Amino acid sequence: MHQFTIAELTQGLRRKDFSSTELTQHYLDRIARLDTTYNSYITVTPELALAQAAAADKRLAAGDAPALCGIPIAHKDIFCTTGVRTSCASRMLDNFIAPYNATIVENYLAAGVVMLGKTNMDEFAMGSSNETSYYGPVKNPWATDCVPGGSSGGSAAAVAAHLAPGATASDTGGSIRQPAALCGLTGIKPTYGRVSRWGMIAFASSLDQAGTLTRTAEDAALMMNDLASFDPKDSTCVERDVPDYTADLNNPLTGLKIGVPKEYFGEGLNPQTAAHVEAAIKVYEKLGATIHSISLPHTHLAVPAYYVIAPAECSANLSRFDGVRYGYRCENPKDLADLYKRSRAEGFGDEVKRRILVGSYALSAGYYDAYYSKAQKVRRLIKQDFVDAFTQVDVILGPTSPSPAFAFGSKTKDPVAMYLEDIYTIATNLAGLPGLSIPCGMVDNKPVGLQLIGDYFAEARLLNVAHQFQQSTDFHQQTAPGIE
Amino acid sequence: MQWETVIGLEVHVQLATKTKIFSGASTAFGAEPNTQACAIDLAMPGTLPVANAEAFRFATMFGLAVNAEIGKRSVFERKNYFYPDLPKGYQTTQLAEPIVGPGYVDLELEGGRTKRVRIHHAHLEEDAGKSLHEDFAGMSGIDLNRAGTPLIEVVTEPDMRSAEEAVAFAKKLHSIVTSLEICDGDMSQGSMRFDVNISIRPKGSDKLGTRTETKNLNSFKFMEEAIELEVERQIDVLEDGGKITQETRLYNGDTKKARSMRSKEDSNDYRYFPCPDLLPVILDDEYIENVRKQMPELPEAKRARFVEQYGLGDYDAGQLTADKFTAAFFEASVEVSGEPKLTANWIMADLGAYLNRTEQRIDKSPVTPALLAGLVVRVKDGTLSSKIAKQVFEAMANGEGDADTIIETRGLKQVSDTGALEKMIDEVLAGNAAQVEGYRAADEAKRGKMLGFFVGQVMKASKGQANPQALNELLVKKLNS
Amino acid sequence: MAVDRSDIAKLAELARIAISENTADQVANSISDVLALVDQLQAVNTDGVVPMAHPLDAIQRLRADEVTEPNQRERFQAIAPATQDGLYLVPQVIE
Repeated sequence: MHQFTIAELTQGLRRKDFSSTELTQHYLDRIARLDTTYNSYITVTPELALAQAAAADKRLAAGDAPALCGIPIAHKDIFCTTGVRTSCASRMLDNFIAPYNATIVENYLAAGVVMLGKTNMDEFAMGSSNETSYYGPVKNPWATDCVPGGSSGGSAAAVAAHLAPGATASDTGGSIRQPAALCGLTGIKPTYGRVSRWGMIAFASSLDQAGTLTRTAEDAALMMNDLASFDPKDSTCVERDVPDYTADLNNPLTGLKIGVPKEYFGEGLNPQTAAHVEAAIKVYEKLGATIHSISLPHTHLAVPAYYVIAPAECSANLSRFDGVRYGYRCENPKDLADLYKRSRAEGFGDEVKRRILVGSYALSAGYYDAYYSKAQKVRRLIKQDFVDAFTQVDVILGPTSPSPAFAFGSKTKDPVAMYLEDIYTIATNLAGLPGLSIPCGMVDNKPVGLQLIGDYFAEARLLNVAHQFQQSTDFHQQTAPGIE
Repeated sequence: MQWETVIGLEVHVQLATKTKIFSGASTAFGAEPNTQACAIDLAMPGTLPVANAEAFRFATMFGLAVNAEIGKRSVFERKNYFYPDLPKGYQTTQLAEPIVGPGYVDLELEGGRTKRVRIHHAHLEEDAGKSLHEDFAGMSGIDLNRAGTPLIEVVTEPDMRSAEEAVAFAKKLHSIVTSLEICDGDMSQGSMRFDVNISIRPKGSDKLGTRTETKNLNSFKFMEEAIELEVERQIDVLEDGGKITQETRLYNGDTKKARSMRSKEDSNDYRYFPCPDLLPVILDDEYIENVRKQMPELPEAKRARFVEQYGLGDYDAGQLTADKFTAAFFEASVEVSGEPKLTANWIMADLGAYLNRTEQRIDKSPVTPALLAGLVVRVKDGTLSSKIAKQVFEAMANGEGDADTIIETRGLKQVSDTGALEKMIDEVLAGNAAQVEGYRAADEAKRGKMLGFFVGQVMKASKGQANPQALNELLVKKLNS
Repeated sequence: MAVDRSDIAKLAELARIAISENTADQVANSISDVLALVDQLQAVNTDGVVPMAHPLDAIQRLRADEVTEPNQRERFQAIAPATQDGLYLVPQVIE
């Protein structure tokens, strides 16, 4: 059953080839048997999953079940889940049992989707390798000596190892698309404001957006239908109708204008990765698209601007973790200052602390203009690059990450090298645009990701463009070695 | 040396919304600890704020009332500092783009002097929770019910020159926010809290001295005391050749002492930045005009109306409209009695004194507008003399019923009956033959003065119940006959 | 801009994170590396550019003033480190 895509599983459930309970049990068995290798889950919730599956089976039997009813998925452990530990992969929240559900969790519950458990991630979503998790690193199913990418590395590894047919994830600077690339998956980060952030533990509020990791664009479209919603509880969520994201999947690409930014093919890009992206461009030409060379002149400033804005926002967002109302509290604090300083020193890992300190610096008296304000101005220039480009082209195409999955420990000593992993993905978060990564080849038996960036709220178009590529290629059908 | 005091105020006004500024939790006062602190107020992970429309409507009303420009675009920022009563580790407030821009308030002071105090700006922000310091085995207890209650912080220019002016401003502000019904004005519950910035400088200097800030004063009386104490302290320091250090001070109204809380040096670096969870709030002209149209009447407009509609003097109208409860009491009472001038006198004199003495609020007065109206009617129609009316008032305050009931049960009806009066007059005249002789011998000019003696005697005999007008007429007639 | 251990001490105080003496230099170095990366921003001319706090130029929706949140104190305090009589306990707050 685990070979099937979500689209195929929805058919199987309706044909009664298997029940949701059987399907769920099958995945739970696989997780129990195989996840000791990958460490993709922080928490598995078998009893809850089977209860949800039983309820889904009833709804399926009644005949009018929603599309994804009975499909088991995994949630990134950044999403609050009632009664279930929601750790954000931090010691700070190791004991945090959420008293409420994230809106997206509610959406999937309402659709009859089953939760298998909570997936591993970089601590508070800060990382590009899943090496900052309090629960240990996640292994890439394609090469277990390599990282799965991050921060949604657990969700990516779980789907790539067929320990879930799909998973939710979140993307602040590339945290869905980069692991999708490194694990050979389809990962979509919707437009900022398309998906509710309520109950998603904040890293950088103006950049964070929930999305999904699946094997195909069609599955992504199915999952997007329940993920996207208007939520009055999130002031930044946009009040806008949710289209059926599967409706346009089969539209032909004739006349599609694809922009290829020259800045995405410069120094630092692995030549073999570049070659696969070039080959993908040829596929699109065959499908009837026209290719246009474009320029996004402020691309090189995206990483520097991001590493001011994201840390600044996170420095305030993470102040609530103070050992007073929930979460980790140090032993025997001698006074209030000691309670704060030790709880936070012991509860947070090094990368989280580094970003809080950088953010505090960028906002502090005397530096605000030079750092924070400057970065917000550059952010506008970066957005304007895209706005200009979308007057000429329909989608923008390039690599997702500079190179395939890298070995554990190879970038942990040098935070800046790690930050450059997201050099092609960060700009879309700064601009708030939707982005998507699909597999487009292999380098050294490790997947390569192709990134597609769309205009605001053009998720359906992006999914159509990705789906058509997958109709002409089979990169998305390849499975990691050892995954039968 | 002659010193001049320079005072600026920061006033926190709790808005009387039903719910918090960023959550749907109740703001009702006095609930059990933490029962009105929802997930947002507790800063649970993943929770998000959504701004309360009513807080913006109230702030807009306030801005219009203080002649200020309304910020058509206002932006919330995060003010970062750690404190257990501040769950998020930052306060959501406004800095660069507040809801209320520069404005002013005109004060009337003793002796008819007026004074304009400029408002620098006023912004919306959230209140913090409370730390309870009772001993929990060496720990403090945190109650977050108040966390997230909407506040407007009103910041003045340093325009006030004395405690008197500062208190007059504070009272005026209190009158504005209670008239607008945007704040309950209950200072004992912290609904209005004053931070006072005080400095002194040699008279004639236009340079500002180093200032101190005395925080969290919650009564007009404490405010006055704290200012006088601090001005005295600063004069002593400077005259002894010392320097004022910029610091935050706390005044204790019980001990009448102040102490330093922290100096500027260890103050926080608040790292303000625009809150990414909230978007700019845009208010257009139409919105502002709608708010203006629906605004309750302000004290100044009400005062003008009282002069116009009730024929009151400007001073009386000013007294009656200084707070909305007094004004409402007056209007409700006049509605029944139809006697504005007498009613005004009674409210300002006897009722005012009684409420002061018994420390009661006029809106909770046991002598209700209807009861006072009943009394006023009986004074007007001559049933009661003003002296007896005071007794009836005290009886009403003691809950003995309405004026007519008290007059009846105590037999206090004024004697206007000619027969009864004549009898009393005859007795007095008979008993004071010498004075009667003297009166009759005197010329017209002296008689007026002498008449008072006879009036007093008859009044005494009637135990004050004689109708003075009827008595006068009868007396003159009898003496001249 | 490079930072040294005294800057780190100040930042650690602002952020209420204890940083031990023996790691202060290492933390200072890694933060200096990040600052060197972001210092690239200084070379850009941004005259006349309005800072962008938010990706969409959207405006705030305002919520009706209605009580929607019931009392959930027991539920919320079940996950609290220390409470008594409905209050969250912390080491004595000194004003």
